[in-house]
Amino acid sequence: MSVLSDTAADTLRFATAGSVDDGKSTLVGRLLHDSKSVLADQLEAVAHASRNRGQAAPDLALLTDGLRAEREQGITIDVAYRYFATPRRRFILADTPGHVQYTRNMVTGASTAELTIILVDARNGVVEQTRRHTAIAALLRVPQIVLAVNKMDLVGYQEPAFAAIAEQYTAYVKELGGPEVTVIPICALAGDNVVDSSAHMDWYSGPTVLEHLETVPLSDHLAPLTARLPVQYVIRPQSPGHPDYRGYAGRIAEGTFRTGQQVRVLPSGRTSTITAIERLGRPVETAWALQSVTVLLHDDLDISRGDLIVPAADAPATTREVTATVCHVADQPLTTGHRVLLKHGTRTVKALVTDIPSRLTLEDLSPYPHPGQLVANDIGQVRLRTAEPLPLDTYAHSRRTGSFILIDPADGTTLTAGMVGESFALPDPAAHAAKDEGWDF
Amino acid sequence: MTPALDAVTAAGGGGESPYALSHPDALESEAVHILREVAGEFDNPVLLFSGGKDSIVMLHLALKAFTPAPVPFALLHVDTGHNFPEVLAFRDRVVAEHGLRLHVALVQDYIDRGVLKERPDGTRNPLQTRPLTDTIQRERFDAVFGGGRRDEEKARAKERVFSLRDEFSQWDPRRQRPELWNLYNGRHLPREHVRVFPLSNWTELDVWQYIARERIELPAIYFAHEREVFQRHHMWLTAGPWGGPEEGERAEKRRVRYRTVGDMSCTGAVDSDADTIDKVITEIAASRLTERGATRADDKLSEAAMEDRKREGYF
Repeated sequence: MSVLSDTAADTLRFATAGSVDDGKSTLVGRLLHDSKSVLADQLEAVAHASRNRGQAAPDLALLTDGLRAEREQGITIDVAYRYFATPRRRFILADTPGHVQYTRNMVTGASTAELTIILVDARNGVVEQTRRHTAIAALLRVPQIVLAVNKMDLVGYQEPAFAAIAEQYTAYVKELGGPEVTVIPICALAGDNVVDSSAHMDWYSGPTVLEHLETVPLSDHLAPLTARLPVQYVIRPQSPGHPDYRGYAGRIAEGTFRTGQQVRVLPSGRTSTITAIERLGRPVETAWALQSVTVLLHDDLDISRGDLIVPAADAPATTREVTATVCHVADQPLTTGHRVLLKHGTRTVKALVTDIPSRLTLEDLSPYPHPGQLVANDIGQVRLRTAEPLPLDTYAHSRRTGSFILIDPADGTTLTAGMVGESFALPDPAAHAAKDEGWDF
Repeated sequence: MTPALDAVTAAGGGGESPYALSHPDALESEAVHILREVAGEFDNPVLLFSGGKDSIVMLHLALKAFTPAPVPFALLHVDTGHNFPEVLAFRDRVVAEHGLRLHVALVQDYIDRGVLKERPDGTRNPLQTRPLTDTIQRERFDAVFGGGRRDEEKARAKERVFSLRDEFSQWDPRRQRPELWNLYNGRHLPREHVRVFPLSNWTELDVWQYIARERIELPAIYFAHEREVFQRHHMWLTAGPWGGPEEGERAEKRRVRYRTVGDMSCTGAVDSDADTIDKVITEIAASRLTERGATRADDKLSEAAMEDRKREGYF
């Protein structure tokens, strides 16, 4: 562990993905081990467990596969979060399973990630799971992708094998209108190009995986939005010291608020002025995205959990008709006519699935029209009608105010991850202009 | 517990946004968001409070999250009967100071009634599950805050922020809900409840740095002090009426401190001269042992000890 006193901007949230047996757990174990993020007792536990299994060398995959069933089957079942730091940056790693059955967990990891590492086996190259994972990363607007071409030792550390995969993959991502891609040849088992440069591949002059993670620029690539504060909780002490205090608590999703600002409360549309902003008890003049604050208003409006506070002059439209790109994450299917709950920000409303116009075919990214339903791990387009109007941004504008989840009202299951808007491609105006079609499917 | 002293650090170079949050501010803001989500969505939450540093940080965050109103939920402590007396005294003082409501579930009661049996190894950590789950069901708590951090242990690394438990309080890692963006799903059926971990993304070092920044008071056992201890399974355990030292084990005075607070029978002390928060931070940053590896006997019982206990309803 190293002591850092930097900003959260120096924290990289990233996710890993890859097919079963591509060596993902080994890569993560290697990354943790070679960056000296594994402490002595953890290493001893791994050495002990490896010896018990009759393995000659410590199996670094055991550092991360923490559940009984995972160790029994040698696969990763569920997303796990790891924390490590180097002197240059802090990392939160969502280590997600590769098995197709657990794709929803990859969606979970990617939803908050700024970078995704996708592994392929150098012998097999780009396979269906690679395309699926890449499509999901693009869909969730993860800005950066690393394709780690693993098991280079099994192709004799030869450049042509790597180059062919890199070329094929880069073309595929381009088709997606894609995130930025960096392709790195590695051997996770031996540690080539994971933390230390490989002695076997002098034809490769790019960064190792860790070097890239430490230096990749972090930028919110999405369009800047005006301010958004979803009201989480109304603070009313009703105590002798604070008889009339009424504060609207929440975490600012986008933009900046300041005292004296004219604001509008949605969906009611009423306006007022901010008289004070408190940052966990301390008065401040301004507050901005991702800060948890309490806002006090001049007028005694009827505001409750689920409302959205925005600048009076620049409020988003409210709508009861939602078109979204979704990834279905539950075992029970989502069908047209399905009655669900939709959680957006702090608001949960009833909704009806009015149409499922298409399902994405991952092999060639073509739309399959009117599939009737979406089953687990399907990506598709959905139309919903909500019982109450919602102030929605598009996901292209905000991963926070353009996202929602669908919930089964009967048992509370999280059914579907939703991204408001029709388009699949990343919002690059230049690329958009150059292409003759967007990703409307 | 004093209010925050640090100003927001504007980001340094590298062309970053001037609105970047400092690392502790980002963790604090996220944890407060989680605490407020629960207060907004659930009818009867409760916060597990052991008097340990993680639960103390959690309480500090709750005090800040709802200020100037009181914390809108009660505390629950599962008392193994083998707790450090100075930690219990600390617990009661904090509860009184902030006018909080405290539920205590006693493991000793269950042993006295014959519902639970003392284990041959004397550790009572696994015995906490039954009193905990009974109290949750009896009091109809629908959300239970725990101070668990994902950096603690492999099974904890798989834990969601909102973790649904069935009517038997069981955790099933295969059936966890995907947790997407910061949209936490708190829906549950009657008798089910949700375990909530606001400190999921914190590390041990983060917790200590936040304690230093916020000047949060801790029980004295976290700092180096002279203490009567004896060695068992390569750990320094506190001598006491709970059952140590046994024959062949020799008590001696050592300068030690604790990295975690738990049942005396299985929580080990470490040799240390760190008697201030700053020295503790320096010591942890240099340590080659994890918090649990250094101090928890019960996690060493098997490769999946934590997972097995969590499945049954342990926190």
